[in-house]
Amino acid sequence: MSSAEIATLPESEGFRIRWGELAPFIALGVIILLGTMINSNFMSANNILNVITRSAFIAIIGVGATFVIATGGLDLSIGSMLAFVVGIMIMAMNALAPSLGPWAIPIGALVALVVGSLCGLMNGLIVTLGRIEPFIVTLGTMGIFRALITYMTDCGSLSIDRSLRTAYRPVYFGDFLGVPYPVIITLVIALLGAFILYRTKYGRRVTAVGSNSDVARFSGVHVGRVRTMAFVIQGFCVAVAAICYVPRLGAATPTTGQLWELQVITAVVIGGTLLRGGKAHIWGTVAGALILEVIANVMVLSDMVSEYLVAAVQGAIIIIAMLAHRFTSSR
Amino acid sequence: MKLRTKGAALLSAAIVAGALTGAAAQAQDKEYTIAVSIPAATHGWTGGVVYHAQEAEKQIEAAYPNIDVIVSTASSATAQVASLEDLSATNELDALVILPFTSEELTGPVEQVASNGTFITVVDRGLSDPSIQDLYVAGDNIAVGANTAKWLVEKLGGKGEIVVLRGIPTVIDDERIKGFQDVIDQSDIKILDIQYANWNQDEAFTLMQDYLGKYPNIDAVWANDDDMLLGVIEAVDQAGRGDIKYMLGGNGMKQVIEMVKAGDERTPISTPYPPSMIASAMYMTAAQFAGQAPMRGSFKLDAPLITPENADQFYFPDSPF
Repeated sequence: MSSAEIATLPESEGFRIRWGELAPFIALGVIILLGTMINSNFMSANNILNVITRSAFIAIIGVGATFVIATGGLDLSIGSMLAFVVGIMIMAMNALAPSLGPWAIPIGALVALVVGSLCGLMNGLIVTLGRIEPFIVTLGTMGIFRALITYMTDCGSLSIDRSLRTAYRPVYFGDFLGVPYPVIITLVIALLGAFILYRTKYGRRVTAVGSNSDVARFSGVHVGRVRTMAFVIQGFCVAVAAICYVPRLGAATPTTGQLWELQVITAVVIGGTLLRGGKAHIWGTVAGALILEVIANVMVLSDMVSEYLVAAVQGAIIIIAMLAHRFTSSR
Repeated sequence: MKLRTKGAALLSAAIVAGALTGAAAQAQDKEYTIAVSIPAATHGWTGGVVYHAQEAEKQIEAAYPNIDVIVSTASSATAQVASLEDLSATNELDALVILPFTSEELTGPVEQVASNGTFITVVDRGLSDPSIQDLYVAGDNIAVGANTAKWLVEKLGGKGEIVVLRGIPTVIDDERIKGFQDVIDQSDIKILDIQYANWNQDEAFTLMQDYLGKYPNIDAVWANDDDMLLGVIEAVDQAGRGDIKYMLGGNGMKQVIEMVKAGDERTPISTPYPPSMIASAMYMTAAQFAGQAPMRGSFKLDAPLITPENADQFYFPDSPF
């Protein structure tokens, strides 16, 4: 068995890796096919656009999470951080609205980007300078951000000024040549992410640090700096997601972004990025986000599953997708 | 205006004084401590509970100087048990007003407090053993569902197609849905679909988008909660669907009451399950001690429809919910 395999190794390896990388897209295709068979409305332009637009949040945050996870880190605070950034952004916009009018929107968005990046920087510095496991650090900041948004909203909801609502709404609901803005923003972020990850020195260091931090350190890579930077990228991506999120419902509540961290991590891992680090697939993450959103959509469109069992079926599909991935990529 | 408020304040002070003079000798010397144990603010409704408890604390302490109210919030059932132990260890409690996190876990610890002779008021969620409580104050979840359903059946003329959004799988959600379904089943209205959206605006938005994609005709939506209703409205507006005649929620959230007051065509009513029930319970408990009014028994708040005519009574602009 082994001799036969060794003989064909070079050829089959090239072939094999491509299969592994394609796995999330194949899984996505299968689920879409399933959806088409279950309900004819699934393929309607409206439904497809809704689902793709909705998956933008998880996909955008996922691009950042791909960096953090590729360095061997983990960020559990992203859901709460999104809520916190959304809260700060709404407060900033509302405060600026009387004096600046619609210009409060771009300035507020800028504030969000700065605040998001700083939140990421904080996570990163505590992890690297404090030498604490990222799991614990971000578990702590998750609680902090969640408490802050609860405090800021007074446990009710924090709504954006009515005068800004109409001007800002198109950022989620509008489109350019038929492509919704959140989808364009997702593509831009994913392209940027892919460029940084695959075409720059920093990108190569990210996977080097993730696959073996000691080797990376001995070869002259500043491991702490690479890791911290990954958290900053994550914070920036969270802020971009927040900018797309606010125009949708126009409000932040204490439950905004709740449990999104799990969805994001799931999307990243389905996409082929290793949870222990060292291997990253930006486009896989985007496909992963789409898979999660399509599964949820198909569940609602089908009448086969009791409402009590929807979550069980979703969980099973994710595990099956991962198993399929494993068998296509490691054989 | 100023004079009038002053006058009113004087008048009410006189009434309070008058009420107290009867038992003046003992009542004013004796100090009473009422502890209030409630869940911490984690979402809109519990946020409202905390707000109303704090407001009632101020008002009761101002009206009855010999009553001390202690409000304590807990973030889980275990934390609530711990805070009960702390409260009874550090204070001589005359009364305990409690909104239990869960029925089973809190029954034992509350019984412990009651064994010291403390007056027990249970709010909203009942204990497993009702004999422990002296006073029970709660809303009516079945009526929240049933009253909305009755209104909808009448407005739709007994026929049509509707979709329903559920909250988090809990007794509260089950009761509401049951109250609603029982009434709907007697009409020709068809419930096309019913799914969980966890009392979350985002999930309600997503679910409603999927409903809209799945069903070409929907006559009405019942979101069972006003928080979710806001997400539903956004999804329907974006899709530009004109077939939906009514979108209804429940709970009496501030923003939705504003819509009812403004005479919104698609959301002309709401049904209260008011977080202010904690304040009702605190006032009744205080009356037991200061007002010489016996307050033992069960008190069930009704869930009347909130309409543009009576919306003012349910509107608290300063409340976060």
